[in-house]
Amino acid sequence: MSLRFTLPLLAAGLLLTAGVHATEAQHVRASAAWIRVLPGDLPAGAYVTLENTGDQAASLRGAHSPNYADAMLHQSSSAGGVSRMSMVNELAIPAHGKVELSPGGYHLMLMKATSPVKIGDKVKVTLSFGDGSTLDADFVARPANATGAEQ
Amino acid sequence: MKLCRTRRWLLLLMLALGTLLLAGCHRDDGVEWQLNNVSGHMPDLDFQLVDDHGKNVTAQDYRGKVVLLYFGYTHCPDVCPLTLAQLHVVMQRLGPLADGARILFVSVDPARDTPEVMHAYVNAFDPRAVGLSGPAREIEALSKRYRSAFTREPDRADGQYEVSHSSAIYLFDGNGKARLLSTPSNTQDQMVHDLHLLLSLGTHS
Repeated sequence: MSLRFTLPLLAAGLLLTAGVHATEAQHVRASAAWIRVLPGDLPAGAYVTLENTGDQAASLRGAHSPNYADAMLHQSSSAGGVSRMSMVNELAIPAHGKVELSPGGYHLMLMKATSPVKIGDKVKVTLSFGDGSTLDADFVARPANATGAEQ
Repeated sequence: MKLCRTRRWLLLLMLALGTLLLAGCHRDDGVEWQLNNVSGHMPDLDFQLVDDHGKNVTAQDYRGKVVLLYFGYTHCPDVCPLTLAQLHVVMQRLGPLADGARILFVSVDPARDTPEVMHAYVNAFDPRAVGLSGPAREIEALSKRYRSAFTREPDRADGQYEVSHSSAIYLFDGNGKARLLSTPSNTQDQMVHDLHLLLSLGTHS
């Protein structure tokens, strides 16, 4: 890593230890994270509960994973008897509140697995927030007919 | 005591029949359905499609089975798997009775959903699920028949696309008669309750 990158990082680190600028990611806890693995190379839905322990609202902006070529934040909706999916630019997580990305609602759509994902695998997904901070979470790969994070 | 009970049942039955006659429509056998009763309001099951073994099939091939018809597509990562996973749980809860039922998952995206793709997909959910695909016009005809709609959304930057589709599940009896409609507001308990009844009616109701 060049000095050009390390210096700002060091500065940021010092600021953080001083508790001046806590990032959104530092206040967000991820739990019950799982991926519904579908056969072949079909896109997979990923779900997680995000809890914001901070005094400031946080917003989920997107995600990426070394296991997938692409990841998008989506929302499913069912209105007038029709199911559809739409892209979501950001999902607010209120201060001291939580949001659930769960089947039939908000979810991450993971596309084009770089290598086959097997049931039981832990897949690293990096969540990115409004201020540019990121949070790594392990998502458990679950079978297609799973109904939640637990067996 | 027993006789008394039988007579009471008979009386109830006659009452129910009377009400039915008065109502003047084939509403239903006095059964308390919990899903939306569509008996007499929707046409019988009829289609010519290709199953997930690549075989040409028609609705006749599923006579004798209670059919759960659902429109979706495999590149749908959230709602379609959720619905099929829920139907799998319903089938499990029905126990051996579930053998009398088939989940017919009809693709509204036949361009991508070949029989091979459909085969792997439906089997990942339930052994009693069948994936149906086929010529676009046949799928459109089936969809229209049940006033269900689907629309291909505009392509995304990466050339992929989504398809909006009906969220309902259509239930047919063993004679191919449309009986019930389940929507996202219905619960799994209601579905299990009604399927239990539908399956125990047999094909000669």
